[in-house]
Amino acid sequence: MSPIVKRKGEKFTLPGKYLLFILTILCTALVLLTFNTKVFSGPLSAVAGYIVVPFEEGISVVGSWLSGRSEELVQIRELLARNEQLKQQVDELTIENTRLQQDRYELTNLRELYSLDAQYDEYEKTGARIIARDSGNWFYSFVINKGASDGIAVDMNVMAGSGLVGRVVDVGPNWAKVKSIIADDSNVSAMVLASADRMIVSGNLKLYASGVIEFEQLVDSDNVVVEGDKVVTSDISDKYLPGILIGYINTINRDANNLTKSGYITPAVDFEHLEEVLVIRQLKQTVPD
Amino acid sequence: MKRGIITALLIFICFLLQCTVFRALAFGGIVPNLLIVLTASFGFMRGEKTGLLIGFFCGLLVDIFFASVIGFYALLYMYIGYMNGKFAAIFYPQDIKLPVALILCSDFLYGIGCYVILFLLRGRFEFTYYLLHIILPEIVYTIAVTLLLYPLILWINTGLERSELRSGKKFV
Repeated sequence: MSPIVKRKGEKFTLPGKYLLFILTILCTALVLLTFNTKVFSGPLSAVAGYIVVPFEEGISVVGSWLSGRSEELVQIRELLARNEQLKQQVDELTIENTRLQQDRYELTNLRELYSLDAQYDEYEKTGARIIARDSGNWFYSFVINKGASDGIAVDMNVMAGSGLVGRVVDVGPNWAKVKSIIADDSNVSAMVLASADRMIVSGNLKLYASGVIEFEQLVDSDNVVVEGDKVVTSDISDKYLPGILIGYINTINRDANNLTKSGYITPAVDFEHLEEVLVIRQLKQTVPD
Repeated sequence: MKRGIITALLIFICFLLQCTVFRALAFGGIVPNLLIVLTASFGFMRGEKTGLLIGFFCGLLVDIFFASVIGFYALLYMYIGYMNGKFAAIFYPQDIKLPVALILCSDFLYGIGCYVILFLLRGRFEFTYYLLHIILPEIVYTIAVTLLLYPLILWINTGLERSELRSGKKFV
């Protein structure tokens, strides 16, 4: 007797292996369809967004409040001891401060030269709160509480403090998914600020623990790039706005081919304790000249 | 109907906990995989069909929020649920050894699946590193959470089965 033949008076049931077969085909089709297009992500993310996101927002607010309180208790004792230390440090720093004020005049001139800060201010930014982080342990992406209805669009750059965090890769009505630059499958076209030498910065799961990201394909024929140099997003990237700080060069090695260099970068953003981010509302493709 | 609603709620709660509360409680950046515990448990408690359906919906939720394509995690979780369903015949609620062993194997298979498809195919060959730093810690943490979560799932399932039995008897 075939299991799917319907008999009179018997409730129709689909056996497990047929269901498995049907859903496997469905999933494979979905993977192939969504690999290059965004056909289903619209309706699916809308439905999921309205059901899941309000709860995520609530839980993450409660969670951060609780972890904040418990941390405070632990820190009180530590703070008392540190207070003593800091008082001594204040004296030392006052002396140093006078010396540094002399350097400030020079710095102001250099700032004008780079006009980096001014560039950031030109972009219109929106603050957003992180409400959920990746459910697995393989990648580093997160969900923020602003979406298409707040004017967020795919490919918008995300910053925290003064550094680059990543970019928006998917957007729902009230949430957006951000892929960070330290995720294993992320690559950013970058350049050294001082010499405008270009390189590729890529995330690596193996380097999460040591708090660095790697860079490669740096052509530095004049040997001017040194450890501690500022690395910013390059002007030839088609997703990232130019001149956003990524981090500082930590280690630099010559590749075996003797032409390019590679090494590690310390990111400017503390990804471990990220709670709020800034989304730049300007897209690279629409920046006016 | 009642079963459907309660199961959907369970999936929902586990997903929320996994990407909010457990992210805050992560040891060394590793979170336990509650969705695998849920999928596997319902697999061996209720059979292949329930296992694969719950796996499918758990995976779909992960796909929508965190994956770059829709369908990959759904497929992975679904097969894990289906395979656990094969053990429904030798499952007894009193025995804790089989569930723990099955959840352990499921999480291991999940880790291997993720590594092969998402990392090996992109040329990341250092399998031992990923095994020791991602897959094994996740298994250990998941098993620790299983010891708390599994009795709860078992209790919910027993309660549901009992109430279904009662309402079934009324009509006889």
